[in-house]
Amino acid sequence: MTLYIQEAALMMTVQDGGRFGYQRYGMPESGPMDGWAFQAANRLVGNDPGAACVEVGFSSAEISLERRCLLALCGAGYSLSVNGRPLPLWMSFLGKPGDHIRMDKIPGGNWAYLAAAGGIQSEVWMGSRSAYPAAGLGRKLAQGDRLPLGEPCAQTGRFSGRSFPTAALPPYSLEPVIRVIPGPHLAWFTSESWDSYCQGAYFVSTQSDRMGYRLTGPTLAHHTGADLVSQGMVQGEIQVPGDGQPIVMMPDHPTTGGYACIATVIKADLPRLAQVEPGRGSVRFKPVNLDAAHAAWVEVNEKITSAIPFEEDAWLGL
Amino acid sequence: MVENKNAMQRFSPVGENALLVTFDDALTHEAHGRVRTLDERLKVAPLAGVIEWIPAFASLVVLFDPLQIQWNEVENWINDCLDSPTSLAHRRVNRVEILVHYGGEDGPDLAFVAGFHGLTPAQVIEKHAEPIYQVGMMGFMPGFAYLLGLDPALATPRLDTPRTHIPAGSVGIAGQQTGVYPLASPGGWQLIGRTDQGLFDPRREPYFRLAPGDEVRFVPAKRSRLG
Repeated sequence: MTLYIQEAALMMTVQDGGRFGYQRYGMPESGPMDGWAFQAANRLVGNDPGAACVEVGFSSAEISLERRCLLALCGAGYSLSVNGRPLPLWMSFLGKPGDHIRMDKIPGGNWAYLAAAGGIQSEVWMGSRSAYPAAGLGRKLAQGDRLPLGEPCAQTGRFSGRSFPTAALPPYSLEPVIRVIPGPHLAWFTSESWDSYCQGAYFVSTQSDRMGYRLTGPTLAHHTGADLVSQGMVQGEIQVPGDGQPIVMMPDHPTTGGYACIATVIKADLPRLAQVEPGRGSVRFKPVNLDAAHAAWVEVNEKITSAIPFEEDAWLGL
Repeated sequence: MVENKNAMQRFSPVGENALLVTFDDALTHEAHGRVRTLDERLKVAPLAGVIEWIPAFASLVVLFDPLQIQWNEVENWINDCLDSPTSLAHRRVNRVEILVHYGGEDGPDLAFVAGFHGLTPAQVIEKHAEPIYQVGMMGFMPGFAYLLGLDPALATPRLDTPRTHIPAGSVGIAGQQTGVYPLASPGGWQLIGRTDQGLFDPRREPYFRLAPGDEVRFVPAKRSRLG
């Protein structure tokens, strides 16, 4: 009833939709780096959109199957093969016991999500299966680990071979333009800084992980200093410490912090930022207003839900 | 940024799914009191679509699902709670006592902190265990509470070189702050003691011993070492 880890990637954990309600106690929400690919993978195998998947990041991995199950791999920077035979990402396929699912790291992204029908049934910590190894909630997956699977929905056979429509794929890019909402501490920065922020290219540093993406580019100068009275932080928030190099908060970010925030990445563009390769890719920032950000998020959600509607009726009659 | 008509708080978006309410740009008693009041009022008047909120020293950020609820509805909800005449006098403040083994291996920097201020280790312990602290904010790691109320006579700069390993339960001082490490981690705080009482356990509810707004007292354990 399991997935067996033959080879673990550098960053490989179980992630579900996230852990909510504990940020006031300093516990980050965690969840997928690329929520778009994560949701697509779950939908392709008939899972609840927030079911737990294996998140594979930064290097190759291999999993073998100990039972028949419907799988899908979605994301960027990976190629997929089953027993040496290449298969496309963003497509559901039926795996048999003994199959070797190989996920090879290739250029073009950082993260991929392996969804299995029924979801990964790893341990639940504080209401979520998302691993947060820094606090001992689960750990990075390692060679030899076994992951239990839940009962798949009754009609998985019907879902095999489905592809996520091309029109609903995230527009990944090595050099994306990432939309941001300015503030709340824009006034802390010199106006020249704001201009360089909006015009310059920022490279994603190799010191980037699930906590934050460190960017290197034109230095952003503060008027009087980078520090402010610590306050709550959110995913996508771009903090600028005293060295003037921005850091974008990712799912495992600290819940409070004390650096000035120049802008926040809109939700629709977080998956694209997450897939920019450290040491290779760069981003440019484009300010937008709240209405535009909201419209973009609604559009992304409509794309995902209409691509593969979650069929609750498929679960009936089990 | 939108200035409230009372000019007492500032609302700013942090992305399209979070609203930051700032009461002051400095950590004032008044601003922190308003955070505490707002936190309690939001708890008793929940709003569908709001996921959670993070109270901090002088601000509070509300996270919501933008597909369920609009920014202005969240702002109205917060304004209603701020204007609510409901008394919070009935609220029972949670008081937590933490038994601390000061000095020795548990508090390797006790002697340094004492020397830095021209005090004896016993005086440092006395001054540290004297106040009733308030949890002003949590963060940095799960279960870590930033405590307000440190005697300014104990304010000590961080270590020049942070330690690579600090045991769970360590009690430290950094600048005007004091706090307890819930988990083993690297860190630059001056360590004056350690508690055996866990502050965070993800396997058992309540997961966290402390919450924002709680009152905390440190109680010196008998085996505290003054040397």
